[in-house]
Amino acid sequence: MERDPTVCVIGEDVGHYGGSYKVTKGMAEKFGDLRLLDTPIAENSFTGMAIGAAMTGLRPIVEGMNMGFLLLAFNQIANNCGMLHYTSGGQFTIPIVIRGPGGVGKQLGAEHSQRLESYFQSVPGLQMVACSTPYNAKGLMKAAIRSENPVILFEHVLLYNLKERIPDEEYVLCLEEAELVRPGQDITILTYSRMRHHVLQAVKTLVSKGYDPEVIDIRSLKPFDLFAIGNSVKKTHKVLIVEECMRTGGIGASLRAAIMENFFDELDAPIGCLSSQDVPTPYAGPLEDLTVVQPPQIVFAVEQLCKH
Amino acid sequence: MAMATAAVASVRLATTNALPRATQRSRDNEACSALNSAFFKNSIPSSSRSSRKNLKTLNDGSRKGICVRVKASTSDMVKEKALPADGQLISRHEGLDLYEDMILGRAFEDMCAQMYYRGKMFGFVHLYNGQEAVSTGFIKGLKKADYVCSTYRDHVHALSKGVPARQVMSELFGKATGCCRGQGGSMHMFSKEHNVLGGFAFIGEGIPVATGAAFTTKYRREVLKDDSADEVTIAFFGDGTCNNGQFFECLNMAALWKLPIVFVVENNLWAIGMSHYRATSVPEIWKKGPAFGMPGIHVDGMDVLKVREVAKEAIARARRGDGPTLVECETYRFRGHSLADPDELRKPAEKAHYAARDPIAALKNYLLENRLATEKELSAIEETINELIEDAVEFAEASPLPPHSQLLENVFADPKGFGIGPDGRYRCEGPGFTAGTAQV
Repeated sequence: MERDPTVCVIGEDVGHYGGSYKVTKGMAEKFGDLRLLDTPIAENSFTGMAIGAAMTGLRPIVEGMNMGFLLLAFNQIANNCGMLHYTSGGQFTIPIVIRGPGGVGKQLGAEHSQRLESYFQSVPGLQMVACSTPYNAKGLMKAAIRSENPVILFEHVLLYNLKERIPDEEYVLCLEEAELVRPGQDITILTYSRMRHHVLQAVKTLVSKGYDPEVIDIRSLKPFDLFAIGNSVKKTHKVLIVEECMRTGGIGASLRAAIMENFFDELDAPIGCLSSQDVPTPYAGPLEDLTVVQPPQIVFAVEQLCKH
Repeated sequence: MAMATAAVASVRLATTNALPRATQRSRDNEACSALNSAFFKNSIPSSSRSSRKNLKTLNDGSRKGICVRVKASTSDMVKEKALPADGQLISRHEGLDLYEDMILGRAFEDMCAQMYYRGKMFGFVHLYNGQEAVSTGFIKGLKKADYVCSTYRDHVHALSKGVPARQVMSELFGKATGCCRGQGGSMHMFSKEHNVLGGFAFIGEGIPVATGAAFTTKYRREVLKDDSADEVTIAFFGDGTCNNGQFFECLNMAALWKLPIVFVVENNLWAIGMSHYRATSVPEIWKKGPAFGMPGIHVDGMDVLKVREVAKEAIARARRGDGPTLVECETYRFRGHSLADPDELRKPAEKAHYAARDPIAALKNYLLENRLATEKELSAIEETINELIEDAVEFAEASPLPPHSQLLENVFADPKGFGIGPDGRYRCEGPGFTAGTAQV
């Protein structure tokens, strides 16, 4: 926001309150109420307003206080955000970033535990990225802001407290590239967002059992980085996808199809996919844990796949 | 309907006491004050006065032979405006300008109907016949840098704003020379050069976009410290949209942040086959402005001079920084909702009532009666416009269809968004992409 005065943040409680997860803490004092615009509760309209502002020269960042609230903005995101560059014949660009915390938290209840990546992935004209660490959160955010395309950046409610040493100098990550988290030989585990951390937990167990998994955080949910993924598949010949979105029509479903289409001959086993259960997230703790993929399940799935 | 030779505008005004008065920072030289100013005395015989409608439907949705006379209720704040000293509402030059623009709109839409039935354009085409006074009255009061945001009934808004007829016709024919390269079609007219922000198929979804353009103007003034940023945005939409959430949400935000926007309701009383009175608990849309803290105006949308007077004030108000205005224009579409609409629900009596109030005929009479133009001059204008339209059709006919290679070009502003393919190259760098054959 210092670099480019046209960058502004639009959302509920982003200004004086500093953001529901404090992402914009202290910024309204620094940049003013118009650059950190506290909106009334009208997601569809303020998202549309951000789109209109983007078409006319600004670079807004729309925050969904919880990602789930952006369901109310589906009309604007699908119809206008993704489409207007095309239907205007390329005349108007929409350099907007739509971001917010999503995913399953700690007993937040069904409506506050939504994963929207599967709903938006079909919208043409949108790019989608998911961050999972402080390092890639900063780098992807900068890349998303600078991109001329509309980008949805998926953050996770449980990851805001992560601490990590990140470079002092400026860095911008590539929106379309995946991140190799741990090189390995036995199996390719593809994951994103919070499940990366569950995977890494499982990896500790797997390593102690003698396995050598390769872990890739795909980061770019749309489009998929088929180069990084393909290179890994060609090495290990086995794939397990671990994701938090629902099984039906999720990112994993698309990724499986893409891998099968492009790398079928490289596979020694069917592609495994661990997703959340198609269940509205229950409030009760033990039930909630059951809907989301846990490390022991990952360990088990890897063991099964590696038998091939 | 003849416009009387004396002053003509009759405007129903509803304001609240909380509205700000005109600020010192008045940009225009006209004597435009805040909307507490006086308006012209109405001298039209009451039988043809606007905003009375013979309504057909009873609340239970059944349609009987009973006519219910509906009146928009009057506010005590209605005032009258004194005529200018020379008694002229409009100069000859301005009058001819308005006339030409309305003739352009009408002739273009009539040609669209012809072309559609001849199989030159397809899909949903929504024509503007009858509503020309609203488009002309408002848009002719704008600068090129001002923004217009419309709906699917957008051909004439684009034309009034300056988009060449050739480009609009080409777009309707789906040709590569269309204003949107043939990718938008009838319902998605955009022009960056002329600041036409669309063209939207779903009702209501253009209003937030318009609000965003107005926000940009305010942002440029106050954050980027650009004093020359004074663009006004006009959002056009219909009566059906006024029951939609986005309408109310945007009224709220525009008033809250005093955005330079004018919300123009083209109330043609019908949303396809749904009568406004069957859909709306409080049919007076203008009343909803003060509920959100902005003036709500009701104007005869079949009378371009009245619309123009209201437009001048509302646009000036926005440009000064005094905030938004809601203007309800009572108007009527002479054709069906779209070219696919058999238009069986509207009664012949209603159609005849409004046909007698054809805005083009009205302006023509006014110009002739006030000796601002001669028959010959007006015919010459019509002739010129007909030639323009013919030329637009020829141009569109002769233009090429978009090639296959165009398919993927505008999906992303930055085509890296298609991602990295298995070979490590960005998909957009491969030959399949530029040929439009890549599976992305």
